[in-house]
Amino acid sequence: MSEAHQPVSHDIGVLRAGWTYATITDKIADAILCGGWTARWWLAFVVTFVGTGVFFFAIGYLFVVGVGIWGVNIPVAWGYAIGNFVWWIGIGHAGTFISAFLLLLRQKWRTSINRFAEAMTLFAAGIAGLFPILHLGRPWFFYWLVPYPNRMELWPQWRSPLVWDFFAISTYLIVSLVFWYVGLIPDLATLRDRATTRGKQIVYGLFALGWRGEARHWSRYETAYLLLAGLATPLVVSVHSVVSLDFAISLTPGYHSTIFPPYFVAGALFSGFAMVLTLAIPLRHYFGLQQFITEVHLDHAAKLMLVTSLVITYSYGVEAFMSFYSGSEYHTYMLEDRWTGIYAPVYWMMFVLNSIMPLAFWWRGVRRNVAVLFVISILVNIGMWSERFLIVVQSMHRDFMPSAWNDFYPTGWDWTHLFGSIALFAFLFLLFVRLLPAISIAEMRELVRESDDEKGGT
Amino acid sequence: MSVPDRLYGVVAEFRTADELLFAARTAREAGYEHVEAYAPFPVEGLAESVGFGDNVVPKATLAGGILGGLGTYFMQWYSAVESYPINVGGRPLHSWPAFIPATFEITILGAALAAVVAMLAANGLPRLNHPLFDMPEFDLATRNRFFLCLRPPKGDFDSASARAWLEKLNPLAVREVPS
Repeated sequence: MSEAHQPVSHDIGVLRAGWTYATITDKIADAILCGGWTARWWLAFVVTFVGTGVFFFAIGYLFVVGVGIWGVNIPVAWGYAIGNFVWWIGIGHAGTFISAFLLLLRQKWRTSINRFAEAMTLFAAGIAGLFPILHLGRPWFFYWLVPYPNRMELWPQWRSPLVWDFFAISTYLIVSLVFWYVGLIPDLATLRDRATTRGKQIVYGLFALGWRGEARHWSRYETAYLLLAGLATPLVVSVHSVVSLDFAISLTPGYHSTIFPPYFVAGALFSGFAMVLTLAIPLRHYFGLQQFITEVHLDHAAKLMLVTSLVITYSYGVEAFMSFYSGSEYHTYMLEDRWTGIYAPVYWMMFVLNSIMPLAFWWRGVRRNVAVLFVISILVNIGMWSERFLIVVQSMHRDFMPSAWNDFYPTGWDWTHLFGSIALFAFLFLLFVRLLPAISIAEMRELVRESDDEKGGT
Repeated sequence: MSVPDRLYGVVAEFRTADELLFAARTAREAGYEHVEAYAPFPVEGLAESVGFGDNVVPKATLAGGILGGLGTYFMQWYSAVESYPINVGGRPLHSWPAFIPATFEITILGAALAAVVAMLAANGLPRLNHPLFDMPEFDLATRNRFFLCLRPPKGDFDSASARAWLEKLNPLAVREVPS
């Protein structure tokens, strides 16, 4: 081609028309480099900062006094802490699913949402990892899960799902972090080259590792990125499967069930996509990213929520069927208590929020209505938290021996740790959107070229 | 322009990926052995056109995965059978199904870390500075410009003819970059 033709994007649904390499780069990079420290951001920052402070104070108080500050008892020894753990780690699934699975399937709608979804994953998985440590009676011994040479000559118990869990969560955290960082390297180089102050140039430059976009570098980079995606995909499925084994391997009615691994993975993706929408909708609004995070993205996320909602509804059904089919009176009683006992209101609320309400996504008008989507996404987060609560607490409070039964009532500290962890999550996410590009710039440039090739390009 | 003592290369700047791809291909055909191409995003076929062949990343990933998996399985076997055997109701000490989750996880971890370390090491990263960073306009290599760099071979290098050859490709600019 003789005449130099600057690629300009065409409207392909997941990217609107009229963007070039330069404008798309400047739009995303300048949102971070040039100002943007608005009063609204500071207000949110201060509120979440205070919430984070309260969370760390509550953790300190927990370490001083012990788990007795919570409503836990025997037999309900797990309580909110483990419910929160399962909920957060589930939220942390959508990010890697979007980045890895959709990359392997070459889904274009992945491009503008993968970066912040990965950040969400990282923060959620990190917070999730805190809770099992917090709920230990002697949290200062948590490192005994690590196989290291020690003077006690002890080893971890390899046949325990809790040890599998430790390996699964720590691997997931490290791989998610590496995946996220590798994806960031070219964008950090862009920020280094566009930064105008010396301080920013040095900081972004150090993290960019000297990236300059040489063809051989890109080739190895793409290979490594694709391999990471291929490795992270089975990892996503394995993590919540292993978490579910914490329950399924035990004998407690309500835990002891073979449907748990797929049921937990579907629930994880369901709550993860709900959180993606909860974050994407304000993000595109406040940063003016409607051209990149379009209604098509929201529509696709809603469709995936519909699918995963149907899978968990099926799982609820199978769980109930198997309880009756087992002929075990402990299992049937567990179900009877779940439907009519003291936690029944939570169960029916969960059923409406997770199984009935998402059916609205059959209608395109609902999937494309941003306000409705935002409300539903928050309600689904609540519904999924209720599911985790029920599995953890309701199953344990009526186990085999009536003499051992007890009820669980949350204390103020239970709620403080839950809302404190949400504040910490929001705090980390606010820092992320101010300091790093929330959308992958290099991949958006690639998308500009592809959309230009598709229609009207040469 | 004064000719620098030691030359890193002669660099042409282009506006589109297709121009860079064309330039890289013809440069190799014109006999320039050592060619580097810089783009703000991965361009399909560009690495091959500058003579990139052997990619070490997949092999390193495989090795990392095998090492992680075998190592973890061996550790569990050694711990449960040799170092600290516990008889639980006569069940086998070498209870391999229970060893699979940790083995699987560390296989993934080993492979992932090996992929990234191999990618960075083979790319010569991290690196604090590079001669091209001193070139004006090179900051656009991470925005919207495409660069082709002809590196001098061991023997004589006629930078004037390289410059003249690049000028024929209709670039935005041609610059000589000292090393």
